[in-house]
Amino acid sequence: MIQIYTVLVYVFLFAPIVVVIVLAFNPKQFGIFPMEGVSFRWFIKLAQNESIIEAFKNSLILGSLTAVISTGIGILAAMAFIRFEFPGKNTLNTVLLSPIMIPEVVLGVALLLFLRFLQQPKSFALLLIGHVVLTLPYVLLIVQARLVGIKKEYEEAAKSLGANAFQTFREVTFPLLLPAVLAGALFAFTISFDDITATLFWATAQNQTVPVKIFSMLRNSISPEINALGAVMIVLTVATPLLAGYLSRRFSKIKE
Amino acid sequence: MKSDSWKPWALLAPSLSAVFFLLVIPVCFIVVYSFWLRAPSGADIPAFQFGNYAKFFEDFFYPKILIRTIRISFETVVLCVVMGYIPAYYFYRSESRYKKVFLLLIMLPFWVSFIIRTMSWINIMGDSGLINHFLLKIGLIESPISMLYNEFTVLMGLIMYLLPFMVLNIYVSLEGIDKSLLEAARCMGCTEWQAFREVTLPLSLPGVSAGCLLVFVLTAGTYLPPMILGGPGNDMIANLIFTRVIGTLDWPFGSAISVILLSLLFVIVWTYNRYLGINQIFKSLQGN
Repeated sequence: MIQIYTVLVYVFLFAPIVVVIVLAFNPKQFGIFPMEGVSFRWFIKLAQNESIIEAFKNSLILGSLTAVISTGIGILAAMAFIRFEFPGKNTLNTVLLSPIMIPEVVLGVALLLFLRFLQQPKSFALLLIGHVVLTLPYVLLIVQARLVGIKKEYEEAAKSLGANAFQTFREVTFPLLLPAVLAGALFAFTISFDDITATLFWATAQNQTVPVKIFSMLRNSISPEINALGAVMIVLTVATPLLAGYLSRRFSKIKE
Repeated sequence: MKSDSWKPWALLAPSLSAVFFLLVIPVCFIVVYSFWLRAPSGADIPAFQFGNYAKFFEDFFYPKILIRTIRISFETVVLCVVMGYIPAYYFYRSESRYKKVFLLLIMLPFWVSFIIRTMSWINIMGDSGLINHFLLKIGLIESPISMLYNEFTVLMGLIMYLLPFMVLNIYVSLEGIDKSLLEAARCMGCTEWQAFREVTLPLSLPGVSAGCLLVFVLTAGTYLPPMILGGPGNDMIANLIFTRVIGTLDWPFGSAISVILLSLLFVIVWTYNRYLGINQIFKSLQGN
């Protein structure tokens, strides 16, 4: 019984995803089902659409920069929380995790309002700093969870052998932390790459991301082109972590 | 040790200043702005008055949206518990070697763009979508029934987005239960159902309540599902904020609505934290 129930829940969760991928190959222009054969025409049309290519470029650059910055400062904060004792630690940890609980709409308005006060125009930098705030809590959670499991003794051993704090981090802590760093960075990239609500507030016509582009295309109606774009995005954001996970396992096996 | 006390602060400086300048201060700005006046010319005038809040509660139009937001959030929470508990329990009890794959799959939707998953319900429930096509084919209906753009489809979109959060929260707390407790219950003569009701269920409640809080908070601030899958009468509070700020550029009023939404969430989170503790929530998110 509970097995059937579980399968049904999976069908519910995955039906929308599967349908997008299937319909991306739908050759007809109007209507959705029934499909009349298989065609790549919408992918070709996508590849020729300059504004979509532009949005893809924006999304990739934005996602990568967000991942690098967010992971960078996230690692530092995680080190502080796990390796040191200081007053107000728990409160500060909650503060840094709080963006998870704040609605994106509010965050969107707040940051725009601040920018308005500073009399700055919307820009790519706004998207970047906004996405860093959105992704930082997740990176922090992932890196902290891993850091707790790395014994302090390794670092102390390195230090007693004469390594300074930076060398210890570079040679001991960071390599042990690497899986979490990669996982955090990938997650930050995906959140940034897929984010829509806050990005709708911050994006301008010049720096649209792919989800914003899809959102504006949806204004007319759903088209096979949107499904094709969706399929490309799904493959990109799902295949990357799976591939990364597979590769990291391969590499760790070779090392052993 | 004493000389080391500056080190954690140096490590924290970048992320604390990011959150301080990009979150704390901007949110303070919202609060300040919510008291400002909007001139007929569209300019914002610094002031301290409660006109924006009075406007919100003036007639039933805006409070109705607030109440709808709260109601839909509750509905989503209940449906997520009902739909999420059994799969989480199934993973917990399963000895199958595919268990890991199943768990990975439940996290997969996190990696797929929210807007794509949302709009795909149009593919499924639209006039020429999967369900109508199927019903027409088997001859159950003669013309397509329109199913989209109502509260039901909004709920579908919301559940699809939030269910994985619920499943993970429940699963994490189930995994934390000492299995020998269950064996003890069975030894004492409990049936499997009794053991579940007396041992497993109560011990998994922290996960359930953490999931409920997370789902409630995320639903109450949601913008996309009502926008894409809802009709004109299904707007939630986030949609209202968006149209006021981006549409009519009424910053003071938009700020006031944001403050109302934030206060609602704050009261809920604070109450929860007071009685149950908030840390459970972050535990489940670590698993990713």
